[in-house]
Parts: sequence; structure tokens; C-alpha cells
Amino acid sequence: MSGEAQLLPGTLDLLILKAVSLGPLHGYGILLRIGQISGQALLVEQGALYPALFRLVRQGLLKASWGTSENNRRAKYYELTASGKKRLQQETDGWNRLADAIASALSAKPEEV
Amino acid sequence: MKILAYLRSLAAKFFRRSQVEDDIEEELRAHIQHHADDLERSGLSRTEAERQARIRLGGQLRFREECREALGGNFIETLVQDLRYGIRVLRKSRGFTIVSIFTLALAICANAVVFGVINSLLLRQLNVPHPESLYALEFAKNNSTTSLSYPDYLDLRDRNKTFDGLIAYNIDTVGLDTGGNPTRTWIEDVSGNYFDALEIQPYLGQFFHASDERGPNSIPSIVLTYAYWHTHFQDDRGAIGRVIQVNKHPFTIIGVTPPDFRGTIAFFNPEAYVPIVDQGEVYGSSSLDDRGNRSLQVVIGHLRPGITPAQATADLDSIGSYLETTYPKDHSQNGQMRFVLTSPALGGSDNAPFIAAFLSGLMLLAGLILLAACANLGSLFAARAADRSREIALRLALGGGRLRILRQLFTEAILISLIGGVVGLWGTIVLLNELSAWRPAPRYPLYVPVNPDARVYAIALLLALVSGLLFGAVPVRQILHTNPYEVIKSASTGKVNRRLSIRDWLLIGQIAICAVLITASLVAVRGLMRSLHGNFGFEPDNSIVADADLTMAGYSIDRVPEMQKRIVDAVAALPGVDAAGFSNELPLEFPNNAPVFKDNTPDLIPANVAATAEFFKVSPGYFQAAGTKLLLGRNFTSHDDKAAPRVAVVNQEFARKIFGTTANSINQYYKTEDGTRVQVVGIVEDGKYESLTEESKPAMFLPILQWPTAGAYLVVRSSSRDLQELATTVRNNLRGLDPSLPVVIQTRYKSMDAILLGPRMATISLGVLGLLGAMLAITGVFGMAAYSVSKRLKEFGIRMALGAQRKDLLSAALGRAFKLLAIGSGAGLVLGLLASSVLGSIVYQATPRDPLVLIGSVLAMSLLGLLATWIPARQALSVDPMTLLRDE
Repeated sequence: MSGEAQLLPGTLDLLILKAVSLGPLHGYGILLRIGQISGQALLVEQGALYPALFRLVRQGLLKASWGTSENNRRAKYYELTASGKKRLQQETDGWNRLADAIASALSAKPEEV
Repeated sequence: MKILAYLRSLAAKFFRRSQVEDDIEEELRAHIQHHADDLERSGLSRTEAERQARIRLGGQLRFREECREALGGNFIETLVQDLRYGIRVLRKSRGFTIVSIFTLALAICANAVVFGVINSLLLRQLNVPHPESLYALEFAKNNSTTSLSYPDYLDLRDRNKTFDGLIAYNIDTVGLDTGGNPTRTWIEDVSGNYFDALEIQPYLGQFFHASDERGPNSIPSIVLTYAYWHTHFQDDRGAIGRVIQVNKHPFTIIGVTPPDFRGTIAFFNPEAYVPIVDQGEVYGSSSLDDRGNRSLQVVIGHLRPGITPAQATADLDSIGSYLETTYPKDHSQNGQMRFVLTSPALGGSDNAPFIAAFLSGLMLLAGLILLAACANLGSLFAARAADRSREIALRLALGGGRLRILRQLFTEAILISLIGGVVGLWGTIVLLNELSAWRPAPRYPLYVPVNPDARVYAIALLLALVSGLLFGAVPVRQILHTNPYEVIKSASTGKVNRRLSIRDWLLIGQIAICAVLITASLVAVRGLMRSLHGNFGFEPDNSIVADADLTMAGYSIDRVPEMQKRIVDAVAALPGVDAAGFSNELPLEFPNNAPVFKDNTPDLIPANVAATAEFFKVSPGYFQAAGTKLLLGRNFTSHDDKAAPRVAVVNQEFARKIFGTTANSINQYYKTEDGTRVQVVGIVEDGKYESLTEESKPAMFLPILQWPTAGAYLVVRSSSRDLQELATTVRNNLRGLDPSLPVVIQTRYKSMDAILLGPRMATISLGVLGLLGAMLAITGVFGMAAYSVSKRLKEFGIRMALGAQRKDLLSAALGRAFKLLAIGSGAGLVLGLLASSVLGSIVYQATPRDPLVLIGSVLAMSLLGLLATWIPARQALSVDPMTLLRDE
């Protein structure tokens, strides 16, 4: 557990949106991309990925199309829709604000109070 | 945008179902392949790599389910799935399904029927424009209501500032002759403004108006109802303008009322409307000028917009006090005129609270039935859930969610409840329509207008749904606490639980409810039997009543006594007739009453009234014919005529009230309203005059020869002849004397139908509820006993093989059922006794402190217990140890 960070509830969607925003990906590719961009610190449970993908498609944030992978296999590729991009922006901003706030709260020292 | 996407995925799921499934399938396969490719690169063999990849991805079934869920529209899909599964399960256990549906249908039906009656009698408005502002006026004094006189009505109508036209009418019968055969017809004598104030438009022709009233007998017109026109004139539009005979007086048909207008009393439909100003002409005498004659039956009117009932009563009361001061002779006995506004539909405040109380009581009992049914079904469902514990445990072990399983069970419960509800509703519709078509008392145009409407349907289905949720909820705890490993490990559930479980409590509650219902229905039946065979002050057995109103044949009052004497003589001379006599009114047939005064009273003003006595004008043979016992003094003779001094026969209560004792009241005098001194010549027994439940009332009988009356009933007594055949003979005899006289003949009991309607309805409805209760008790106990026997068959087999006695086996098998039955019945009986006051108000002479009722209830409950445990007992005793043990 030491090298990995616990995935906070609700952050999976954000990570998926981010991963896909870097270029269209298939499901397995998204897993790898998340691992890669988080320095292998964040591991997504495989079982949770697909329901999340379907949910994002249903919400109109992702769109899916079949294509051929680099392994020359048929795979379903996901990419961001316009509202997906907007949502990613919002969520990222929100996350940053939260992270800053938490960080500043945690770094508070007795003399500053 | 989002909604569009959602809809698209929903649509895809339903319309391209298999494609979506394939999509998911293929995507997951692609995932495994890609992962396997990676693993292969790290040195694993292809098969091992694929295996690892599959393991990493996890349980695909659950997974696909979650994906589908994420796609949306899952609710409906799960529902369809659950329904399909539910139907399959229910079809497999057909007995269970049929019993549950039937039980629920009965309970729903009972509730919906009672609600239907409440709905149409208490909730539904009259079919007139603006029914909400229509009120009936009652004139109340010391908690009892009296009627208004016509002159008082005119003053109220003209002086009030709060009503849009006050209407007055009387209900009466006339001989209506449309050409040929005069028949007795129920009409309303209405004030001229009747149709205008009610805002009713004619279906045909026109109506009369207030402006047509120009003194007595000024409107020779009659308005027919649609129903009468339809049956008597076969929808002939040419009927308008024709002249028909009302009590032998010519009236012109000027109009027909619309088909959906049935007067302003919900359960009484008149057949024609005649102006009240023609009273003198139609009935031979008129009370329209007599301010002291309070004989107007109904006064109703629409409140002006924005006027509250309180403002209206204040307005009316001020007119009332004006009338009292202006006409002191005709008013104010003990206190001021006070007006009360009531709903017109139930025919006055005398009926309304009673009907409302009775119906609410009935609704409560019906609700109890439904509760008992729910308890019944709840324990059935709990038993089934226990039986299915292995199935449930397996599903849990395979990863099924508890909520999903609960949902499945609820779907089954609601499926049953809805089917039961629909069946029950069907029964309700049939019953209510039957009831609406029923004519409870053939001599009166009485109806029970209870056709079901949307409200009834909604209530029935809502009740079904709620009960489904109720009994479906019983096994919830059981399921939430199921531990799959335990259940699967220990195969059998044959162990006996000594503690009372939920199911036991349900059964006890259910039996208690049923015992209450059975007690209630027994009490009601006993009450009705007593009221049918109580002491009425006359003998209804062996007598018939001929309603022969000579007014209808156009006799003038001076020719009446002679004709009545001819009729009595002719009928009394018939073979087998013991006695025959006339009376202007019959006890229990809405008789009249009048104030009487002591002989030494100088001023005959209302304040000095000594008693209000029921009065009857009778011919000499009446007491023998009616079977009223003469206790003291003499009967009337044919010499008590106009030339002789005025005499009377009074009842015991009258003698006690006016003279103190019955013994010395013979030959004493009292005074009637108009100052006539009347000498008492005889005393008869007390009786029932207005209702079966009344306290003793004073009554006086006057010789019809001294007070000639054309409208009278002929009572004929015969102990030796068949009454139907006698009725035919009497009818022919009367027809021989005057062919134009409309006659209605019935046995005395039949003629009491109207007064017995209330007690009868009460008894029938309570009886039906009692029967339902009994059935529920049987199915409940049966279900419980059969279930526990079936669970313990193996144990019984072993016991039998080891030589157990049949008696021991029986007590082991059914002891519990009987114990629960005893607890439940005991509780129910106590509750039933506590409810005695409620029952007493519903049914005449009903008291649950009646040894017969108590014995009856106990007997009924034990009989039910025997019945319900018979089959399970047989089953337990017929166990063949060998077969059973081999089975395992």
C-alpha cells in the first residue's frame, strides 16, 4: 500500500476524463494511462472501470466508437465530448482549490494561529 | 444534451438489446486480450496470461449487471425480470397463489363495497347544479326537529336575505290515471319555484314557475320524471299537453325532467311533480292556510354566494322570532325557533348521523378484515420465505444483493395484491351495481344509489397496493438476517421454536379480529331476530294490509264512511277472515302525531301541551284485525259515529301520562288540539309506532266514523287462509266494489320492509363481514397448522416408529395451533364485549352480554379451529414412517 495512494471516492471519473483528454483510448488503455500519469501511484480497480465508463457515456461526457488498437485488435475507443471537456475543466479547478485549501490547512503552524 | 444521451442509451438498451449485450461482451473480451498481451510480453504463456487477465478483471456476471445499471433504465428492466420470475414462481405454487389472491380479493371487495356506499351516500353530491350550496332547513327545538307550516314557509321564503329562493315540498302518493288503470304513484307536491330554484332545465316541454301560483288550485299542471315518462309513455313526445287524472282530477302534462335528475333525496326517486298549491284539489283537504299545521316535509334552498351557513341560520332565526311574536298561538311551546342547516341528500338530520355512524362502524370492521387478511398473507409469505431459505441462501452466496432479493419478494407480493385487487374490484362493481338496482321496499320508491365511480376504483387499487406492501414486508427481517453459510450447512429446518414468533403473533391478532367480527355478526343477527319478533303492539303474522285510498277514486269526504263500511262488511264476510278493519295510518308506517291537553287546561296553547300522541283513526274491527290487545274498557262500535259523543281508545303510556294510572283512566276526558273533549272508553297495550328502537310513546285511537278520512289502510286477519290467495280474493272483492280504486295489498310483514330496512341492512352487512372473518380465521389457522405439520412430518414418522400414541402425536402437531386459537379468540371475545356500545348503536336490541351470543361465539371459534386443523391432523396421523424415512 505504501507506494500507492488511496483513490478518493468520485475521483475515478475525474481521472478517466483526464486520461481520455490526452487522446482517445480504449478501456485497458485508460487503466494504463492513469497508472502512467500518476507515476503508478494510483491503481484503478479493473472491475470499477467499465461501469464508470458506461456512466460517463450515459451522462454525455464521453463518446465511444469502435476502432483498431496498436495490438491490431478491435477495441472500443473513448474520447471527450464538448461537455466532457467543460466538466474536466470544472472538476480540475475544483480539485485544485480543494487540494490547495487542504494543503494550507495541514501546513498551519501553531504560531500562525 | 445529457437527457438526449440518456434517452439514447435507454433506447439502445431496449430496442437493440442484444447488440448492447454483445457490445459489452466484446469490450470486456478486448480488455482481457490487451491485458493478456501485456502479460505475455512479461513472459507468461498465452493461456496463463489470459487466465490471469480474467482473474484481474473479476466476476463478469456481476460486472455486466453493473454496466447495464450504469446504462440507465435499469429499474424497468429489473422490474420486468422480477415480474417474469415472480409469475413463474407463483404459477409453480398454484395453491398458495389462489388462496392469497382469493383472500385478498374478498377483503378488498368488502372494503371497496363499504367505501362505495359511503362514497355515494355521504361523499357524493346531489345531481343538481351547485350542490355544495344546497341546504335543507330544519327547525329544531330541544334536540328534536319539527316541520314547518306552509304559511311559516312563505314568510321565511319572502323575508330571508340569505337564500336564493327557498323550496318546499311534500312526498305523497296519489292515484295516477294515464288512461285506463289508475295506479298508486309517488309524487312530490312542490312549491312553484322548485325547478327554477334548483336550476333544472326541462328535458321536454316546460316547468311551472313561482309566478304561476295564484292562490289555491291555480296550476292544473303536472311534471313527469324521465323514468315515469319512459315507462308509461314509451318516450312519446306527444305526451306533453295530454291530460291525466291525479286522484280523479284532470292535470295537464307540461314537462318532463332530465334523465339524470332524481329529486333532492339520494335514496328516494319520485315519479312526478305536482304544484303544492293544488293540495286542496288533489287530496280533498288543504293545510296551506293553517299556520299551526306543521306538515311541510322538506324545505331546501341554495345559499346566496358568499353567505355562510352560520349567517343563514342567524337570518332565519331572526325571522323565526318575528313569527313567534307575531303569531304566539301557533308557535313556541318550550323555547325559541332555532334553525339548523343540514345536507339535503339523506332526507334530514334524523337519518344522517345514524347512517354516518353506522357506515363508519362498518368501514372500521371492513378495515379490520383487510388487516386480518394482510396478517394472513404476511404469515403465508413468511412461511414461504422460510421454505425458500435455501434458494435465498444460494442466491446470496452467488453474489445476489439482499436488496435485489427483497425487491424480488416485494414484486411477488405486489403482483398478488394487484391481481387480488383487480378481482376484488370486479366483485365490488358487480355487488354495487346489484345493490343499485335493488328495490328494498317495493311499496316505496327507495333506492340504494351506490354505483361505483373512479373514487371507488382508486381506493380499491390503493388498498390492494398498500396491503401488498404490508404483507410483503413481513419476511424482510428474516431475509436481511439470512446467513447463507448457516442455511446451506444445516439442511433441514425441522427444529421447533418454543418462543412465539412474528408469525404466531400475526395469527393471534388475526384470530382476535375474526372473533370480534364473528361476535359482532352474531350480536346483530340476534338483535334482528328479536326486533322481528318483539312486541309491536300488533301481530304482523297472519294479516294482510290493503292500501285503499278512496281519495284516489274521487270520493268526497261525506261518501267515505259509507263506502268504508261496505268494504269492511264485504271483506269480513269472506270465508276464513277473522276480522277486518280500517286505520288511516299504520304503526311503523310513518304515522302522524298531535298534541293533546288535560281536560282542565283552559288555554290550548303550545306551552300547555300535556303530551304529543301518535294518533290513528280506526274502524270498529281494527283492533281485532291488527291483533292489538284491548286491556280495559270497550272497543269502538258502529254507534260511535258523528252523532255520538267523541270517544277514544288510548294506550297504557297515554293513560299514564295524562291520567296518572291506567286503571282509573276509563271514562276520563282529555282535549284535542281543536278543543274537542274526548272520553276514554278503552285501554290497549303499548306498541311501536314510529321506529323499532323508540321508547314507549303515548298513542290514541279515534273512531274513523267520527273523524272521517278517505286515505286508510284495510287490515285483514285470517288464521286459516293462505295470505297470498287471500290477498287476491280481497283485491277482486274491492275491484268488484269500485273498479277505479287503486289497491296495493301486502302481508303485514312485507309492508314493514321499509322500517326494517335499516336493521336488515345492518344484519346482512355484519353477517357478511362475520363470514369473511370466519373464512380468514380458517385459512389462517389451516395455513399455520398445515405448515407446521409438513415441517415436522419426519419427526412424526420417527415418533410413530418408536411407538408414540396418536393422541401425543396430535397434541404435538396441533397443540400450538389450538393454543394460538384460544389466545386469539379470548382476546377477540373481550374486545367484542368492549365494543358493545358501538354495536348497540347500530343494531336494535343488540347486546353482546347475551349468553347465547357468547356461547355462539365460543362455539363458532372452536368449530373453526376443528375445521381448520382437520386436514393437517389427518395428514399428521397418516404418516407412514417407512416412506418418510426412505425419502431422505
